[in-house]
Amino acid sequence: MTTPVLELRSVDKSFGPIDVLHKISLKVRAGEVLCLLGDNGAGKSTLIKTLAGVHKPTRGQILMDGKEVSFDRPRDAQDMGIATVHQFGGTFPLMSIGRSFFVGAEPTKGWGPFKIYDRKKANEIAVKAVQDFGITRVDDGDRLIGGLSGGERQSLAIARAVHFGARVLILDEPTAALGVKQAAHVLRIVKEAQRRGLAVIFITHQVMHAMAVGDHFAVLIRGAVAADFVKGQKSREEITDLMAGGETMADLEAQISSDLATADGHPSPATL
Amino acid sequence: MTNLSIGNLLRRPEAGAFLGMLAVILFFLVFGGVNFLKPAGIASWLNVAANIGIIAIPVGLLMIAGELDISIGSMIPAGSMIVAILSGHYELPMWISILAVLGFGAIIGTINGLLVVRTAVPSLIVTLGTLFAVAGMVLGLSVLITGTTSVAIKAPALYKAIFGQFIGGTYQVLILWWVAVSVVSVFYVHYTKYGNWIFALGGDRESARNAGIPTTRVTITLFILSACSASFVGMCQAILFNSAQVSAGMSYIFNVIISVVVGGVVLTGGFGSVVGIVFGTITFAVVNQGIYFTGFDRNWSSLIIGVMLLAAVLMNNTFRHMALNYAPKKK
Repeated sequence: MTTPVLELRSVDKSFGPIDVLHKISLKVRAGEVLCLLGDNGAGKSTLIKTLAGVHKPTRGQILMDGKEVSFDRPRDAQDMGIATVHQFGGTFPLMSIGRSFFVGAEPTKGWGPFKIYDRKKANEIAVKAVQDFGITRVDDGDRLIGGLSGGERQSLAIARAVHFGARVLILDEPTAALGVKQAAHVLRIVKEAQRRGLAVIFITHQVMHAMAVGDHFAVLIRGAVAADFVKGQKSREEITDLMAGGETMADLEAQISSDLATADGHPSPATL
Repeated sequence: MTNLSIGNLLRRPEAGAFLGMLAVILFFLVFGGVNFLKPAGIASWLNVAANIGIIAIPVGLLMIAGELDISIGSMIPAGSMIVAILSGHYELPMWISILAVLGFGAIIGTINGLLVVRTAVPSLIVTLGTLFAVAGMVLGLSVLITGTTSVAIKAPALYKAIFGQFIGGTYQVLILWWVAVSVVSVFYVHYTKYGNWIFALGGDRESARNAGIPTTRVTITLFILSACSASFVGMCQAILFNSAQVSAGMSYIFNVIISVVVGGVVLTGGFGSVVGIVFGTITFAVVNQGIYFTGFDRNWSSLIIGVMLLAAVLMNNTFRHMALNYAPKKK
């Protein structure tokens, strides 16, 4: 087995007296997609922020390529090749594709105080990077980000991360706000990133999307890893039940149908 | 791909501002006659535009970056009073006063910037605070030092030539400063990476920081630029009119913001252009001064400005919408 690109060893994170993460141990290897599943409030966001260098773990270790690392700020994590792409792509709706692609790392030409931003080069590289990911609809770097679809924005953000040398790609609910077609789009991009040898951490609460691309799954419940398994070990129903914290889908269905029968579809007063 | 099609021009941030400017110039040509575009007529609105325009550009950049600075309203009289008290009252050399004026701008700009960056208080409130603080300080110190709220200053000929005189008897030298500020700003905002940073800041501050942009430094620099531009304009006015008043400048707050918004800058940040701000400033000045060339009562000008502002905002929304929905046609 190769050394994991990124590994967490019993990481705890507490904010004052509140323990948010409890003994989290995870590994992700190059060319592997690790799906982090969990309901709202399970600690997914805190975990991402810890990986991205926003928070420091209270206890435990973060290892990259087997060596312990510590991030003081998000920039440190980025410099080590950890890129986070947020739900809405983390891009600037009113900027052009070329400009937003290179924000903070603008290509320039010229000399001294007359260094100018190289629009042509930026546009060419940005459009090529996105098209390499199969988004052929994007062909003009002067278009504004706000005019792209949600899936295209996500793809652009992923292409950007890869272009700037990311080795670990953290995708924070990339498909949550998307329609079925757009989500499929993003899932293809995730596969492409994996094929190129990136370690991908894919955070979602949509089991279908996770099962479509994941190699390795971890379910978070109340800040702890409740289950850790690889592809094919569990069915969709089992995973959904796990995420709901042991409450099975069948229980939920029974609850809803009893509400329907007794109170015109409103929850019965007793359960409120 | 042609870059000069009408569609492409209309999608630029300054499109609305340009059409608005043409519309008001035509309006006043029709109702005010050709005097309006004769040298004396042009000077009347160009002088007003230059005074507002030098401040409108940095304030507009702040608005593109998602912030607002209304403390300019008291920075203008502060600039006037500093030069008048130091070089008029105490008769110190002019270069000391100029350094003091710009230094004071840098200090207040830094305070504004630091407060906005370090606290979560909106910049409108922070600069509202410094607006009153600076106004009070200028009034208090002027009365304490000179015993009056209006101080005379007689600048040497060289400084008058550079900062405050009428070229050909009608055009303020400030117009040249305005042109220079505009040209330098267009270069830095639209053709260098620094401009890109400003737009990114206004688009999404968090993402901008994650992308490695020194957001704190950019924000503070912009606040310093706007405070310095206002104190600079105040200084030039004092040198031009040979006197400084404590109370001048509050009307600039609204005039500057109107010019910037008419110029196509989006209040929530992230969209706009320097050329648009220049067009917006001219539009405002034309409406402000053009009324004198018509038979209308002067009192109607505020009505026109108000309607114009609303029309500009609606028009800018339309143009922004066009820009967002633009996709090249399938080949």
